[in-house]
Amino acid sequence: AMEDVCARFVSQKISKTRWRPLPAAALQPPDLFATGSWDNEDNRISIWSVGDLGNVGLNGEYQGEPQLLCDIRHNGDVMDMQFLDQERIVVASSTGTVTVFRHHQNNQTLSANQRWEKAHYHVDQDASCGGAACTGVICNNPEIVTVGEDGRINLFRADQKDAVRTIDNADSSTLHAVTFLRTTEILTVNSIGQLKIWDLRQQRNEPSQIFSLTGDRVPLHCVDRHPNQQHIVATGGQDGMLSIWDIRQGTMPVSLLNAHEAEMWEVHFHPSNPDHLFTCSEDGSLWHWDTSTDVSEKPSFFHQGGRSTTYFSHNTINQSVVSAWLSNDPTKDRMEITNLIPNQTLSVNSLDILGPCLVYGTDAEAIYVNRQLFA
Amino acid sequence: QAAVPSQVVPGADPSARQLCFAWGPAEVLVCETLFGRRGESPSRGEGGPGRALLPGTLTAYVAGTGEGGSSSSRLFVVRKDQDIYIQTLRKLFNESHGIFIGLQRSEEELAGKSRKAQLVQVSKNYRSVIRACMEDMHQAAILTRDPALHSQYSTQVSILSAMELIWNLCEILFVEAAAAGPLLLRLLDWVRLHVCDVDNMVHEVLSSENPSKHELFWNVVDVFVLQGRMDEARHLLSKEASANPTSVNMYKILDDLMKKMPVPSLGNTQTLTEIELKWQHWHEECQRYLQDGTFASNSHMESICKILLGDEDAILEKKDLMTTWYHFLVTRLLYSHPTVKPMELRMDLFLGGESSPEPLDTILMAAFEFEMHQVIKECSIALSNWWFVAHLTDLLDHCKLLQSHNLYFGSNMREFLLLEYASGLFSHHSLWQLGVDYFDHCPEYGRVYLELHIERIPLNTEQKALKVLRICEQRQMHEQVRSICKIMAMKALRNNRLGSALSWSIRAKDAAFATLISDRFLKDYCESGCFSDLDLIDNLGPSMLLSDRLTFLGKYREFHRLYGEKRFSEAAKLLLMLMTAHIAPCSFWMTLLTDALPLLEQKEVIFSAEQTYELMRCLEDLTAGKSDKQKFQDDDVETMKVEMLRLALARNLARVIVKEGTLEGS
Repeated sequence: AMEDVCARFVSQKISKTRWRPLPAAALQPPDLFATGSWDNEDNRISIWSVGDLGNVGLNGEYQGEPQLLCDIRHNGDVMDMQFLDQERIVVASSTGTVTVFRHHQNNQTLSANQRWEKAHYHVDQDASCGGAACTGVICNNPEIVTVGEDGRINLFRADQKDAVRTIDNADSSTLHAVTFLRTTEILTVNSIGQLKIWDLRQQRNEPSQIFSLTGDRVPLHCVDRHPNQQHIVATGGQDGMLSIWDIRQGTMPVSLLNAHEAEMWEVHFHPSNPDHLFTCSEDGSLWHWDTSTDVSEKPSFFHQGGRSTTYFSHNTINQSVVSAWLSNDPTKDRMEITNLIPNQTLSVNSLDILGPCLVYGTDAEAIYVNRQLFA
Repeated sequence: QAAVPSQVVPGADPSARQLCFAWGPAEVLVCETLFGRRGESPSRGEGGPGRALLPGTLTAYVAGTGEGGSSSSRLFVVRKDQDIYIQTLRKLFNESHGIFIGLQRSEEELAGKSRKAQLVQVSKNYRSVIRACMEDMHQAAILTRDPALHSQYSTQVSILSAMELIWNLCEILFVEAAAAGPLLLRLLDWVRLHVCDVDNMVHEVLSSENPSKHELFWNVVDVFVLQGRMDEARHLLSKEASANPTSVNMYKILDDLMKKMPVPSLGNTQTLTEIELKWQHWHEECQRYLQDGTFASNSHMESICKILLGDEDAILEKKDLMTTWYHFLVTRLLYSHPTVKPMELRMDLFLGGESSPEPLDTILMAAFEFEMHQVIKECSIALSNWWFVAHLTDLLDHCKLLQSHNLYFGSNMREFLLLEYASGLFSHHSLWQLGVDYFDHCPEYGRVYLELHIERIPLNTEQKALKVLRICEQRQMHEQVRSICKIMAMKALRNNRLGSALSWSIRAKDAAFATLISDRFLKDYCESGCFSDLDLIDNLGPSMLLSDRLTFLGKYREFHRLYGEKRFSEAAKLLLMLMTAHIAPCSFWMTLLTDALPLLEQKEVIFSAEQTYELMRCLEDLTAGKSDKQKFQDDDVETMKVEMLRLALARNLARVIVKEGTLEGS
């Protein structure tokens, strides 16, 4: 419900929002998130705590507004951002630099912990070297993979100064996003509508598989993998289209779903309830895609902790989860789609979901938190 | 004609040095120059349509001032809309952007009352944003330890507070345009909300142990009476009455008068004449008590009674408690003309006595005189931002109050101010995105402004370029789409990212550039012997048709793939077709013919007799086409290649004639 959404204007355009991951056994919903800004002369990484829910202040005002805990300057636009663990955040910059920031929770400060200068770069015609925007980062502690406008893929380890592996010219077009498929394999999407699988164990500097959209090579901007069924992959494109791929078969998407009217910037399966998917777009909308068949069988989100899979003992798993995303015409069958922002005008650049909580940030310089997503 | 206010750019001295100007959309660049003086005075430049005809506040912002003494030239950037750069005001710009868009989208069809209610709500939303911003600024002022920053924040708080005060009055008088009775109630609310100077005193007295013994007791009672807060005044008086049993009767009479005072209600059940009649009776009753000396023994009560009667001198005596002339004005209205109609207000205008009115006074006075255009003009002069006038004027325009007024330049006032505001946003490194929607709602010049501004947005990442591109594509701004794609393609080319460069030129459908990049690919191939960016070239799809050269590149790569897959006869057919159908540029024919060599040398015969003849003709055409002069310059390698080809072709022809003859014979 919209009334559960708390907004805060933050005087900077928000490019990324990320929940701090919860410890494995946590029972409570997430309470901290990080944001990154773009297009400012002075960009920042900020840590926020969600306000006290339902706590009404002395004068009757609602205290739910997110509170700034600390922030730190970041050189360049924040292009992507991922938590490495509970304390460390890896940030991709438009300058090509990748920085690991540490959030010191005892005194609420942020500091730069480690930095790979110009991890992404161009060598121009005069052979001088300039930074190229790092467009995507994904972590699987201690491993960090980054991709960039230079078509390069870097593999870093949080404890090592130099890159463990670099694939120069991995892609002739711009790589827009990256995610882990398995511990040694990654998925990338690029600006000519291709989805590629890379096996980092192999020394070959070529993808192990290439999938692509047919027809107009519409650029792909985001990618996410189904948390439990690793062969199901979702991507979002420049035309706002949501594509679902089954990487076990074929080279084309299983289904193409009409969604947004402009670039889809992010797509996320709900980490513990992957019947639900969330997408946001340049057109200012944020969509909730719900393929759970039976409303009465909706799982309880009370015990949300990390990526717990407890509720999957649920007997609907085999029918709904497996078939819902891969059925030929999911719209016809059991997909319920809701736009969570009816009157938005400017781009929703980023979203993140964890447990019952959603956080998103916009070019209208506001961050929004919804803590009762499934209420 | 009001004089255009001028502002001095600190440090710029035209008498000491020649100055030159460059006019930008929202900024002026002023440079000191050594260039000789030619004309009398340097430029009085003109920016866009109608620019600089309406006085705007020019605020100087000195960038990169040379410190190195008199010999070095200095550069000044003078910004028209300095407030755009205030961090705390970004909340105001962003939140009001949403309200503005909502208003533009709101349904005009809504009839009379509900439309008015809608517009009043919009006005209130704008005001609450101003208030929220003021609150933030106030907090910031308290929290900062830097005295300079503190005074900057405090100034902003008072500017925002003045903006809200003006807006609120405009809302009452123009947007809501309340009828006689309710108008007065609204004005009283307005006074209570904004005349806060006495609040501390009221608080002090009310929270003291025994208010009636407090030395400021009567002042507080007067404040309540002057603001029409009768219930509070009576409550306070009752305390005093119980402490003075001797004069209890006098208190009772005054209390009764205050209780009986006819107040127009918002419910509006009574007609104007009814209220007037009641008022007349009540007024006569007050008059009677004053004349028979009921309150003669207590000067405080006597003066209150005089106030109730609207006695100007009695009210003026309390000048200090009202602090502002507009409080005085509303109080006078309350006690002398409670049923005043909006248009009658001007009759009652009373100068506050100050010798030279502040800009705020002038603005409020203009509002009370219903000089809407004057309000907008004065605000434009007094405020250091366009935000206020642009949004207020737009709202008034939606109330259909500005239709009659057209400027003799540009479009109309609403559009003029919106263009100014949006141009200011576009001069900001980050807020430019908000400006787009404002330009969209300027029917006459918005499009041109947007076209001019959008091309000047620096594109430091592809993601930003995509956002700008989306804005242009949604508005069918083909010229700008082409230019952005070209910029990005050029950047990619400079960075040796041929694949990206090609993607951008395909997106712009820029055939010439696609040709240029294809040539780079082919050149690289000729030099290195292998193709780069196969993932792109193999996936050109229908975009291959964008330019002939791109088609050739795609087809030529296809030839290599077929050859690699050992599909020789298909490869041979394609190779020949590239020349005979003139898809390949002539300069590339030699390379193609050389590519044919290994096919000619295959064990199996691949080219048919007819194809071999065609290859021969291609070779002869190529060599014949070259002038004699060129021939001499050709190096030995080239000559040898031709000879080798001739030999290979001849041998192939021999083999194929035998083969074809054998086939026919069998």
